[in-house]
Amino acid sequence: MVKAKINNVDVEVPEGTSILWAARKANFTIPTLCSHPDLVPGGQCGVCVVEIEGIPGLKRACMTPLGEGWKVHTHTARLMEIRRQLVELILSYHDTDCLTCIKNNNCELQTLAATLGINTVEWHNLEERLPIDRSSVAIVRDPNKCILCGRCTQVCSNMQTVNALAVNHRGYSTVITAAFDTGLGNSVCINCGQCVVHCPVGALYENSHIEKVWDAIHDPDKFVVVQEAPAVRVMLGEEFGMEPGTLVTGKMYAALRRIGFDSVLDTNFSADLTIMEEGTELVSRLKTGKGLPLITSCSPGWIKFMETFFHDMIPHMSTAKSPQQMFGTLAKTYFAEQRGIAPEKIVSVSIMPCTAKKFECQRPEMRASGFQDVDFVLTTREIGRMLREAGIDLNEMPDEKADSLLGEYTGAATIFGTTGGVMEAALRSAYFLVTGRELESIDIAPVRGLKGIKEAEIDIDGLKVKVAVAHSGGQARRLMEKVQDQLRSEGKSEYHFIEVMACPGGCVGGGGQSWGSNMAKRARRGESLYAEDRSLRYRRSHENPSIKVLYEKFLGKPNSEKSHKLLHTHYYKRSTVDGNIIAEQ
Amino acid sequence: MVNENQCNCEQAQEEELYDKLQEIIKEHKGKPKELIMALHKAQNLFGYLPHKVQEMVAEGLNVSLSEVYGVITFYNFFSTVPQGRNDVKVCLGTACYVRGGQMLLKKAEKELGIKAGETTEDRRYSLGIVRCIGACGLAPAMLINDDVYGRVKTTKMIEIIKKYE
Repeated sequence: MVKAKINNVDVEVPEGTSILWAARKANFTIPTLCSHPDLVPGGQCGVCVVEIEGIPGLKRACMTPLGEGWKVHTHTARLMEIRRQLVELILSYHDTDCLTCIKNNNCELQTLAATLGINTVEWHNLEERLPIDRSSVAIVRDPNKCILCGRCTQVCSNMQTVNALAVNHRGYSTVITAAFDTGLGNSVCINCGQCVVHCPVGALYENSHIEKVWDAIHDPDKFVVVQEAPAVRVMLGEEFGMEPGTLVTGKMYAALRRIGFDSVLDTNFSADLTIMEEGTELVSRLKTGKGLPLITSCSPGWIKFMETFFHDMIPHMSTAKSPQQMFGTLAKTYFAEQRGIAPEKIVSVSIMPCTAKKFECQRPEMRASGFQDVDFVLTTREIGRMLREAGIDLNEMPDEKADSLLGEYTGAATIFGTTGGVMEAALRSAYFLVTGRELESIDIAPVRGLKGIKEAEIDIDGLKVKVAVAHSGGQARRLMEKVQDQLRSEGKSEYHFIEVMACPGGCVGGGGQSWGSNMAKRARRGESLYAEDRSLRYRRSHENPSIKVLYEKFLGKPNSEKSHKLLHTHYYKRSTVDGNIIAEQ
Repeated sequence: MVNENQCNCEQAQEEELYDKLQEIIKEHKGKPKELIMALHKAQNLFGYLPHKVQEMVAEGLNVSLSEVYGVITFYNFFSTVPQGRNDVKVCLGTACYVRGGQMLLKKAEKELGIKAGETTEDRRYSLGIVRCIGACGLAPAMLINDDVYGRVKTTKMIEIIKKYE
């Protein structure tokens, strides 16, 4: 432990604690712009400078561990003036059109300027406006808003190991772009959106589908169906001031009905369906011993990551589509048929914690219904905006239920929203499919939680099934490198089944979730999903009555020919230069 | 300029260059810390760093392409466009700037039809900026290859440039 004084207040913190955190313990908030709890401090912005008695110069609080006996001052007249000047300089090259900015009221720079009491900017704005990068179907980058804090590049290179974004050029010309300045849409970007949720300002945001969805809702000839991902129901509340992790399933259905969706259904239904298809695939691979380990395919960020950096793993990928895409296909086939609606009139909208889903729905192979299966994808942030536009406060909504056919779900589906959830759901059903009995303990604790790569071993009638779970691109890379090594040297991997999600914490930490996420909030959202799982009558996908009806009436059985045609997909090899498809496998 | 009688030796030469590049990459294979060294050698070989060279260096040294591009665009020394046979550099150091260096640059850009940092289509000239060449007494100064020209007038400038084939 280290003892010191911060603004004459005694503090005692573990050795290595930065002055920034130590000051919070003494109830002083040192303003920062670039530091973020998920990231290693880099000291780019310099706003957190402090004075230490006996040490010349200023020190950056985020990067300086508190020393024994130090006397630190965080808000002297000199420091306050320096901070003000620093932020004024940032504002001098920042596009300060706040009212029309996507981050209005959520911007860390806006808040900081207000906190520091900046009333005027004494420097002229000399920068010419740079073109906005709209090359990506998922993510927009506005360099005029960028303050070069480096959070996005750190997330992209260290956390995700994608390396799409980097600092390019120099001096006044410094910009953060993809290689060759070709735009994110022509880069290795996996569309995960972690750069978006970590950006302190409005320089990165999703390619919005809001207008198109309003148009569809207001068009009397269209029948607009909506599905919501599991992780949205524990996030949307935060958009309306609720505690992190508040479960708002019923209120969400009610709100969506009130803004005019013609049928409110649920992605959780197709999550159960994914388990039926993927679980059956797992069982058949376990029986034949071929194509192991089987790797999950729900996360579209992970899919593009794998196609770009690990395309030799394609034979190991589950061919089952993600729940979003299964739902899309069924909405325009089974649902249309049962409800007697012409599929061309159906507009299929999904609400996702994810920016990569916008890319996934536009992949050319995702047209099994004969139409684009999912027409529009809204992030949690976007649906929050739409509800506010429509004058709806989620807090005031009653609890309603989803519509039938594609609305019923089990506890296994709802935990898809957090890391380890797909694995747990698949094992619950795979055990039944192999043994004909149910797992003794339905909760599979070792695959839960937010620790790095998680491993577990499940005994399925004598066969020890070893599984692994990774969340975030960086962990996926480490795990895949290990599997590659094992496959090369021993011809087989120690693992039978692997779940990968591209975002830290899984979908609860997705790139489409509300601004201002951190590990603690992600954990609470995950816990909330497990609580919903415990509260549900059915907790195994194969028990879902609507799924049974779907197979009876429409698909036959899991992995049937019809299932394969509608619910399974294939993958491509992609270039590590521009992320484009090289050759079909 | 397309010349019907032109041989295709330039293409053949380029293939040879890529063979040599492979050797350079082999030397630094899997060593991300030697990136600048490898890029330096590659540029000496090609005269500039085309996209394909950047991609090959990135893969060979196990560095991401975006990092390679970041390094290249940071250092003035590296160029991503082919260099001309003659390197025209206008000085924009303080003294030259005050004495009209900016006017010289504008004139050169207009006459050659390119911007600073670019090369003419016939690859006769590359145009660039330098920050002080130590000839402040002769401001505004200009550098063509290794020749220094002082007290350059915008009216005379193009005559000087034209001397270089």
